[in-house]
Amino acid sequence: MQPESNLASRRLAIALGLLLAIALVVPLLGQPYYTRLVARMAIFGIAALSLDLLVGYAGLVSFGHAAFFGIGVYCAGLLPMLGVQQVWVIVPVAMLVAGLYGALSGLISLRASGLYFIFITLAFAEIVFYIAQGLRMLGGDDGFRLPAPTLLPGGASLANPVVLAYTMLGALVLAVWFARRLSESHFGQVVVAARDNETRLRAMGLSAYPYRLVLYTIASALCALAGVGFANLVEYASPASMSWIVSGEFLFMVILGSAATIIGPVLGAVVFVGLEQILSALTEHWLFWLGIILVLRVLLLRQGLYGLLTGRGQR
Amino acid sequence: MTGGLVLEQAFNGLQFGMILFLMAVGVTLAFGVMNLINLAHGSMLMLGAYFIAAAATKITAYPLAFVAALMLTAVASVLLEVLVMRPLYRMGHLDQVLATFGVSIAVNEAVIMIWGREAMFVAPPEWLDGTVALTDTISYPLYRLAITGVAALAGLALWLLLARTRLGMRIRAGAENGDIVGALGVNVRLLFIGVFVISSLLAALGGVMLGPLIAVQSGMGDPLLILALAVVVIGGVGSLKGALVASLAVGLLDTFGRMIWPHLMGNIIGNIVANASVYILMALVIAVRPSGLFGNHAA
Amino acid sequence: MSSSCKPDGAEADQMRLECEAPLLEVRGLVKRFGALVVTDQVSLSVRPGELHALIGPNGAGKSCLIGQISGELRPDEGEVHFRGQRVDDLAVPERARRGLARAYQVPRLFGSLTPAANAAVAEISRVRSGFRFWRRAATDPALAAAARIALDRVGLGRALAPDPADTGAVRPASLLAHGDKRLLELAMGFASDPALLLLDEPLAGLGPADSAAMVALLRSLKGRYGILLVEHDVEAVFALADRISVLVGGRVIASGPAAQIRTDPRVRAAYLGESE
Ligand SMILES: Nc1ncnc2c1ncn2[C@@H]1O[C@H](COP(=O)(O)OP(=O)(O)OP(=O)(O)O)[C@@H](O)[C@H]1O
Ligand SMILES: [Mg+2]
Repeated sequence: MQPESNLASRRLAIALGLLLAIALVVPLLGQPYYTRLVARMAIFGIAALSLDLLVGYAGLVSFGHAAFFGIGVYCAGLLPMLGVQQVWVIVPVAMLVAGLYGALSGLISLRASGLYFIFITLAFAEIVFYIAQGLRMLGGDDGFRLPAPTLLPGGASLANPVVLAYTMLGALVLAVWFARRLSESHFGQVVVAARDNETRLRAMGLSAYPYRLVLYTIASALCALAGVGFANLVEYASPASMSWIVSGEFLFMVILGSAATIIGPVLGAVVFVGLEQILSALTEHWLFWLGIILVLRVLLLRQGLYGLLTGRGQR
Repeated sequence: MTGGLVLEQAFNGLQFGMILFLMAVGVTLAFGVMNLINLAHGSMLMLGAYFIAAAATKITAYPLAFVAALMLTAVASVLLEVLVMRPLYRMGHLDQVLATFGVSIAVNEAVIMIWGREAMFVAPPEWLDGTVALTDTISYPLYRLAITGVAALAGLALWLLLARTRLGMRIRAGAENGDIVGALGVNVRLLFIGVFVISSLLAALGGVMLGPLIAVQSGMGDPLLILALAVVVIGGVGSLKGALVASLAVGLLDTFGRMIWPHLMGNIIGNIVANASVYILMALVIAVRPSGLFGNHAA
Repeated sequence: MSSSCKPDGAEADQMRLECEAPLLEVRGLVKRFGALVVTDQVSLSVRPGELHALIGPNGAGKSCLIGQISGELRPDEGEVHFRGQRVDDLAVPERARRGLARAYQVPRLFGSLTPAANAAVAEISRVRSGFRFWRRAATDPALAAAARIALDRVGLGRALAPDPADTGAVRPASLLAHGDKRLLELAMGFASDPALLLLDEPLAGLGPADSAAMVALLRSLKGRYGILLVEHDVEAVFALADRISVLVGGRVIASGPAAQIRTDPRVRAAYLGESE
C-alpha cells in the first residue's frame, strides 16, 4: 500500500460519507426515477469493484466480465419460472453458476497472458452471449420480461425501487468491505505480488495460477450478484446485458475511478451512471460524447477520480 | 447434402475467411509494429461501407466511388492516428483497450448523427451482377467471387509490399521486434502512420465490398472485429501466416458449421454451437498453445 | 566430479565440505540457442555450506547456467540433482519449495509493496498461508516478525521495516535506492530459508561503499547456506569463495580452490589476463 496523507484520506472519507448519506436519503424522497438511479449506481458499483479485483489487484485485464453479470441477470429471470423467487436461493444459485463458469473458463484463460488474456476472456463472454441469444424459447436476441421479481425474506419485493435501492446499497457496502478484507489478506498479498513480479513469486516457490484462478472465481461470482440486482431493476433479461459493450463499460468504470482501490471503481460506476443519465437527457447522441470522454480520460486524466480526490497518483 | 452445396459453401467460407483476413492483418500489424491493441478497427470497416454507400449516391461510376470511399477512409485514419492513437502506443494494454473502445463507441454514434439510424443499402456494380456456373446445376454470384478475388489480390499486394520493398522490410522488422525500427534510423512516426493507414484501408476494403451484401448500419463492424480478434489469437499475435491460416480456417468452420451443427445437434443447440464455434476453437487453441498456433510473441 | 576425501593437509572445515554429499550436482549440462551453444557439457557441484563462485567474461553463459539450475531454462542435455534427487523435470516453484532459491542479476521485487511486505510474501510462501482469505497481512504479527528477521539479515531492518509511529516513511520497493534494492533482492532470496542460494552478480551496479557492505554481508552469511555465486568482481570472488569455476564460452575451463585458480595459466590467459 502506498502512503496516504491524513488530509487526503480525511477528504476521501468525507466525500464517501456524503455520497452514502445522499444515497440513503434519496429513496425516501418518493421520486422513483432518482431511487432507481441510486439502485443502478449501487448495482454497477458492485460490478465494477468485482472487476477491480481482477484488473487492479491481479493485473488481469478481463474484457469479458459482462458474462458473469449476464449469468446473474438470467438466473434472476429463469428461477421465477421454476417458482423460485426467494433472494436467498436466487443469489447463491446465480453466484454459484457464475463462479463455476468463471472457474472453468479461468482454467483456460489464465494460461494465457497479456493481449491473449484480454481476447480469450472476450471469447468466453461471447460464448455465453450466443448461448443466451440461441435460447429461442427465452426470446433469443430480444430476451424476456422477468416473470416475477426477486423477493426478500419477509416478502418485500425487489420490484419496489425503494426496496431494491436499499438492498443493493447494503450489498454494495458488504461487497466493499469483503473486497477490502480480501485484498489485505495473505491471499490478497500473493495476488498483488503476482501482478508486480510473477518471476520472483515463482522463484520463491509460489505459482500464481491457483491464486489467480480462485480470485477469478470470486470476482465472477460477485459480479453475478450485481446481475441479479440489474434484472430486478430493468425487470428484463436479454443477451444485451452480457455484450462486449457492457464488458467495456465495466472496464471504463474501473479506470474512471482508478484501479486497485476498490472505492475508486465504485466512484467510477457512480460517475458513469450519472454521466449516462445527464448526457442522454442533453442529447440523443450521448454515446458519441461518452466515447469521447472515455478517450479523454485515457489521454488526459491520468490518475482517475480517486487520484483527484486523494491527490494520490496511480501506479 | 449434395456436392454442389458443399462447393457453394466452400466458396462462401473462403470469401468470409478472406474478409476476416483483411481485418485480422490490420489487428496483427498494429500490435506487432506499434504494440497497439485497436478495438476501433471494426469502425474502419464500417466507415468503408458507409463511405461507399454515400459515394454511390453522388458518383455513378462504381470504380470511382470505390476509390473515393477508400480515400475518405485513409483521411479518417490519418486523423485518428494523429489525434488518438499516437500517444497510446506508449501506454499499457488496458489504456489502449479503453481508448480504442471509446473511439469505436463514438464512431458508431457519429455515423448515426451523419447518416441516420436507418440501415443503408448499396447496389453492387451492374457488371458484377451475374452468376457463374460452378457445375451444371449450381451457379454462384459473380459479385461474391469478385470479393474473394479482390481480397486475395489485396493479400498478395500486402505480401509483395512486406516481402519485396524496403518499407515492408521495416514493417516486418518492427512486427518481429519493435525496438529494431528505431535502431534502423527509420522515421518511426511516418512508418507508424503508414502501418495504421494500411491496416485501416484493408479493413475498409472489406467494408466497401461487404456493403452490397449486408445492411450498412452502425456497429456493423463490431462482430467482425471480435471474430478477427479470435482469428489473431488462434493464429498467434504478430504472425501474418497465422492470420491467413486462421482466417481461412475460421471462415470455413463458421460457414460449414452453420450447415452442419444444427443438422447434428438439433436446431437450438446446433445454432448455439454454430455461433460460438469460433470462440470454442479459440479456447481449445489457447488451452493447448497459450500463444496461438504460429505465435512466439510474449504478448 | 569426484569427491574423494583427502585428509592430508586439509583443514577440518575443508574436510567436512569435501566429504559431505553435494547439495547441488550438475552433470553434463548442454543448452543451445540455434547454433549457439551457451552451455557446453558443464558439470559442477556445491556442497552444503560451501560458497562456490562462477566467474567468466560477459556472455560466457553464467546467467543461462543459473537459469537451468533454477528451472527457468530447460537444458537440452544433462542432469541437475538437488539434495540427492533429480529435479530436471520440476518447475521453478517446486524446486524453490525444495530449498533452491535464487537472486536475480536485475533485482526482481514486488514494486508496489513495501520492503517489509515483500519479505512478508516470502514468509507467506514459506509457511504456505497464501490461501488464508481473512487474516490481514499488514497486521499479522507472525509475518511482521519474519519480515523483520529477513530484512535484518541483510541490514535493512532498521531502515526499512514499518515504523508504527511514522507510516509515511515506508516507501514501496520500486522507489528504493539501487543499493537497497540489491539488498532487498538478497533478503528475498534468503527469506525462504533455502538450502542453496543462486546469486547472480549481487555486486553489479553498486558503488564502492555498498559493494564493500555487500561483500561483508556475504561473508557473514557464508557457511550457513550453500551459495553458487556468479560475480565479475574478481577480488570479491577470491575473498569469498571456497571454490571457483571458470566459465568461458559455455565451458568450464578450470575449477578448484581460489589459490589454484589464481595461478592457473589457462584462466589467466582466457580471463584474468584481461581484467587484471
Ligand atoms: N533466449 C536466448 N536466445 C538466444 N541467445 C541467448 C538467449 N539468452 C542468452 N543468450 C545468449 O547466451 C549467451 C550467454 O548469455 P548469459 O546471459 O548466460 O551470459 P552471462 O555469462 O550471464 O553474461 P553477463 O556477464 O553479461 O551477465 C549470450 O551470448 C547471450 O546472447
Ligand atoms: Mg548474466
